[in-house]
Amino acid sequence: MAKADMLGESLWDAYSNKVTTLMNNPQHQGEIFEAEAEKRGHKLIVADFGAESCGDAVRLYWEIDPKTDKIVDSKFKSFGCGTAIASSDVMTELCIGKTVQEAVKITNIDVELALRDDPDTPAVPPQKMHCSVMAYDVIKKAAGLYLGVESESFEEEIIVCECARVSLNTLREVIKLNDLKTVEEITDYTKAGGFCKSCIKPGGHEAREWYLVDILADTRKEMDEEKMKAAADAQAEGGGSFEDMTLVQQIKAVDAVIDENVRQFLIMDGGNMEIIDIKKNDGYIDIYIRYLGACNGCASSATGTLYAIESTLKEKLSKNIRVLPI
Amino acid sequence: MQVYLDNNATTMCDPQVVEAMQPFFSEIYGNPNSLHKFGTASHPALSKAIDQAYTAINANDNDDIVFTSCATESNNWVLQGVWIDHILNGDKNHIVTTEVEHPSILSTCKFLEEQGVKVTYLPVNDQGVVEAHTVKSFITEKTALVSVMWASNETGMIFPIEEIGEICKEKGVLFHSDAVQAVGKIPVDVSKVHVDFMSFSAHKFHGPKGIGGLYIKDSQALSPLLHGGEHMGGRRSGTLNVPYIVGMGLAMELATKNIEETMAKIRAKRDRLEDELLKLSDTFSVGDRENRTPNTILISIRGVEGEGMLWDLNNSQIGASTGSACASADLEANTVMLAIGADNELAHTGIRLSLSRFTTDAEIDYTIAHFKGAVERLRAISSSFAKQKPTKGGEVQECELHHH
Repeated sequence: MAKADMLGESLWDAYSNKVTTLMNNPQHQGEIFEAEAEKRGHKLIVADFGAESCGDAVRLYWEIDPKTDKIVDSKFKSFGCGTAIASSDVMTELCIGKTVQEAVKITNIDVELALRDDPDTPAVPPQKMHCSVMAYDVIKKAAGLYLGVESESFEEEIIVCECARVSLNTLREVIKLNDLKTVEEITDYTKAGGFCKSCIKPGGHEAREWYLVDILADTRKEMDEEKMKAAADAQAEGGGSFEDMTLVQQIKAVDAVIDENVRQFLIMDGGNMEIIDIKKNDGYIDIYIRYLGACNGCASSATGTLYAIESTLKEKLSKNIRVLPI
Repeated sequence: MQVYLDNNATTMCDPQVVEAMQPFFSEIYGNPNSLHKFGTASHPALSKAIDQAYTAINANDNDDIVFTSCATESNNWVLQGVWIDHILNGDKNHIVTTEVEHPSILSTCKFLEEQGVKVTYLPVNDQGVVEAHTVKSFITEKTALVSVMWASNETGMIFPIEEIGEICKEKGVLFHSDAVQAVGKIPVDVSKVHVDFMSFSAHKFHGPKGIGGLYIKDSQALSPLLHGGEHMGGRRSGTLNVPYIVGMGLAMELATKNIEETMAKIRAKRDRLEDELLKLSDTFSVGDRENRTPNTILISIRGVEGEGMLWDLNNSQIGASTGSACASADLEANTVMLAIGADNELAHTGIRLSLSRFTTDAEIDYTIAHFKGAVERLRAISSSFAKQKPTKGGEVQECELHHH
């Protein structure tokens, strides 16, 4: 928040002149009918995407020369706001003259770029980027119909952010490579989540299969596991013996074993324990611990529980361990 | 010609009101709290404004009408004041409101929920109003306050405030009504209808922006929102906004005097406009006209998206409003539209036209012509009206885009 936010920008003022012009006077609005196309020896493909009940709908018409697979003419019909009409118009413009195979490569970013007045100023405010999202989807669908294949087959990758067309693999790589910790950082690096924001987390404008928050959490978890594995491997290379570890490493190792095998049972009984010190003593490794909570003074803490702790540590770390409660 | 049909958002300040305010900027500018004559010079005009406000809603001399900065402040004051008095320092923990209130109620309720208050948001029926028996069934022994709007800004639908008032009175629960869309549009008489608190705002009835009021029955206790120099009997601190209070007083008088007559004139224009627009195929308007503020139309035009329609109307110099998700900065669907639940379509095709007493017949004629022109153009582009069917397999079965 700052001075610029005190009076929010007017939505319509942020549209490029091209958007405004095409909204007022779309060039490729209209229909192509099957009979006409056939008369010209061409094949007509008509594909719908979206529906009135969801706020945006587009119908794309392709007249294709079957000999060359070239889209000789294209028109659209759209139920949608100004930017939806303008972006549909540019989409058809971009399709004309291309082969079906080439047209499939048209992305939403291409459509948005074509709507810009100058290359550096976005044609629409970020939240309206959503309206041109349909371009890629409807093109894919039309191409699938023409080629007789599932439209999903054009998807080589899982797309997480439809607006900026950022794939799952790209996101994972960028997070790992740059050690990204927040969704904002992901948006800064990849533009994913910077437009309609649906892909950031559930509950946005539309439901998604993948969300940036989950991808970030999963990738971070993967990174942590990799790190731990690397540390463990390094330890193994260094001999891996508990006796050879530094004191800090020993305390961490003991803590890890306690956490994994012992602590939950102590907590269940209303107690806990902490490691006070570790000392080498005549070939033994003495681990000094202190009982906390209900464990403190419990009869079993000097017998059964103590035996359980000691035997676990002996098994997991070193047979020379002795546990001494203080 | 340019036509302003967004009077539920704000209204033109009546030139008579501007004129009445004029002397209190540079001529009579003293602080009314001062002892000297510069201060006291404003008192007659302030007294008159207070009288005008009391008369406009038929308040009793034992009641308070406190001038605030806007209805948002009035709404915040009631909710936060009741929270402090009856929840933090009392044995209540519950507030009842509706899903379709103004953000100044809903956001404040969300804030209070974060503070541990239980809030019930009541749904509306297919007419867009909450039913009195629904309110009754959700009041518990722990309920501190019921807050229900008098009329909806989006639909103009009038809520059963009299019945809800009686229920609250009977149950001994405080009752607040946000009457921003009612005062000046329909008769509001607090001697006939039981409300403990009622909010209103000058700019909705041809007064200036930045001033509103809160009616408080029997001058009952309500912890102040603004602490300070004990203005307005200690209820609301802050130097009195003399010109705006004078302006609001006159605006209230002008808007409520002969209201039945004024309403009838506006209603005739509204009905004519609505009838003409409904002649278009595949359109419907929301809510029974008889139970609607006489200036409001919420119309759905199949195949025409709200923001697109607003755009074309704007190109024709007509200012209207839409609840369409596409027109909001956050793309969130309008809660009122969704609450009415008209097949989701309203959330995308609803256009609100709201008239005022300044709307002329010529403006209505102009609007009818240009509205129809816009619908024609946009339906010509609309996929909903396309003739060539999709290639087999290219149809859309259901909404595959947004799942609100």
